[in-house]
Amino acid sequence: MIEAHNLSFTYAGSKRPAILDVNLGVDKGEFVVLTGPSGCGKTTFARCLNGLIPNFYQGELSGSITIMGTDISGHTTSELSRKVGFVFQNPENQLFSLSIERDVAFGPENLGLPKEETRRRVDWAMEITGISELREAAPYELSGGQQQRAAIAAVLAMKPEIMVLDEPTSFLDPLSASQILEAVADLREEANMTIVLIEHRLDLASKYASRIVVMDQGRVVLDGPPAKVYGEEAKLIGVGIPKISMLFNLLRQDGFDMGETPVSVEEATERLRSYLKDDRG
Amino acid sequence: MIEVRGLCFAYDDVEVLHNIDLRISDGEFVAVMGENGAGKTTLIKHFNGLLKPSRGEVLIDGVSTRESTVANLSRVVGLVFQNPDHQLFSETVFEEVAFSLRNLGYPEETVRRRVRFILETLDLGGYAEESPLMLSGGERKRVALASVLVSEPKHIILDEPTIGQDYQQKERLRNFIVQMNSQGRTVVIVTHDVEFVVDCKPRVVLLSRGSILADGPYDSILSDRILVEKASLIPPQISILMSSLAGLGFNPKIIDLYQARSALEKRLCEYVSEHV
Repeated sequence: MIEAHNLSFTYAGSKRPAILDVNLGVDKGEFVVLTGPSGCGKTTFARCLNGLIPNFYQGELSGSITIMGTDISGHTTSELSRKVGFVFQNPENQLFSLSIERDVAFGPENLGLPKEETRRRVDWAMEITGISELREAAPYELSGGQQQRAAIAAVLAMKPEIMVLDEPTSFLDPLSASQILEAVADLREEANMTIVLIEHRLDLASKYASRIVVMDQGRVVLDGPPAKVYGEEAKLIGVGIPKISMLFNLLRQDGFDMGETPVSVEEATERLRSYLKDDRG
Repeated sequence: MIEVRGLCFAYDDVEVLHNIDLRISDGEFVAVMGENGAGKTTLIKHFNGLLKPSRGEVLIDGVSTRESTVANLSRVVGLVFQNPDHQLFSETVFEEVAFSLRNLGYPEETVRRRVRFILETLDLGGYAEESPLMLSGGERKRVALASVLVSEPKHIILDEPTIGQDYQQKERLRNFIVQMNSQGRTVVIVTHDVEFVVDCKPRVVLLSRGSILADGPYDSILSDRILVEKASLIPPQISILMSSLAGLGFNPKIIDLYQARSALEKRLCEYVSEHV
């Protein structure tokens, strides 16, 4: 779905490349969490996925990146947006209509879909993001969390094959955040959508991820399944892995190795239960 | 002292805060938590007089916010908004942060020293001459923080300070908040970030649908699963783990990573010695 080869980009006016020699292939149906310290290049990489780089942000691009076989150079952001849906950090940048329903319908209408199909998709997208009651509301009347749900619904309604989300849950309370992530994970299951999620907060996202990619100073430094990546403590300086994974890494350091680092509380609980129950048997 | 007495507040006809009573003593560290739309931001906007109560009153150091102005209150209450773009307007990061100090009439020498210090502390030293608009969301947020914190207000109110910050920046922020707090400044943070709160160990005020649901030490509140879920939060990971292991004799109130580590290691040691 996504193939990056030796991809580098330096913003105009900057001396340092924002990403450097990135090689990354993402297959259909993967759920990739892209993380790393601020300024590591993850947002820059995401901007290459929908053509904002090089179309909108100027600078020097080298190497190549193809999205479903299409090279991003020479294609406009609007062409790429049919393949790649993009949810930004700040929902205010994405909502502009007078009602939420209009915002969600904008994408499918633009794709030239029949009215009935547009309506179906709008209903579905608003349902799955939990904003069905807010149809008539104007974006400015909503809380930050509700706005982000609306922004996600607007992208969902286009049913892109790849969905890129740049810290989509940062304005949401944890319960709403996990509902959104669960909805995204469902999309992957049901529609075999490919997900690229940029996230600092790994505690909620980890259990859905099939793969964690850690970037630092423009390069990919770690890439693998969550359990494997979270076990590589030495290379994770500055990455906020889930507390539960930290706990198992600490225990391992102290000589209690209970296998792979768990990435969710459920997994950790099971591991400890089975380990300590033997104790009684 | 921040004192809230019987505060009700309505936007148009919709009441969003109902009869809030709250006392925050000088030097306290409080986290206001609760679901999206619970009224957290509305509450703290009363602390520097941006909003005035529909009923009841808010007293800052004994003076009702009705009898003061935002300009005057802002000298003692520094409020950093959730969205930094609502408060950034200067051409460079340095000018932005220097603005309030210059306004307060500090000599240029002092202004430079203090601005440099706060920029270094918040890892913005390299951006002094850049335009705030060129920075990332997380960086702009820190510029907004710097521009309020530089004048060292007595009461510091931060709306969602950890949004968009990576782990390292959060640690930096936490150290800085703790440092300001240990100098005797009151710190109030509004946040959803349960794990950050566990690391900060403040008093927690839980707000839900415009009313105070609970108020107490962070560990007793955040380990109370029912309360936490009522406020659309998720309990800290360590707390969920330890309460699920309560059947094996672990203390379900443990919420801290290092306490969990000692409790587990103690048990694991017993296990090893029994099986050798």
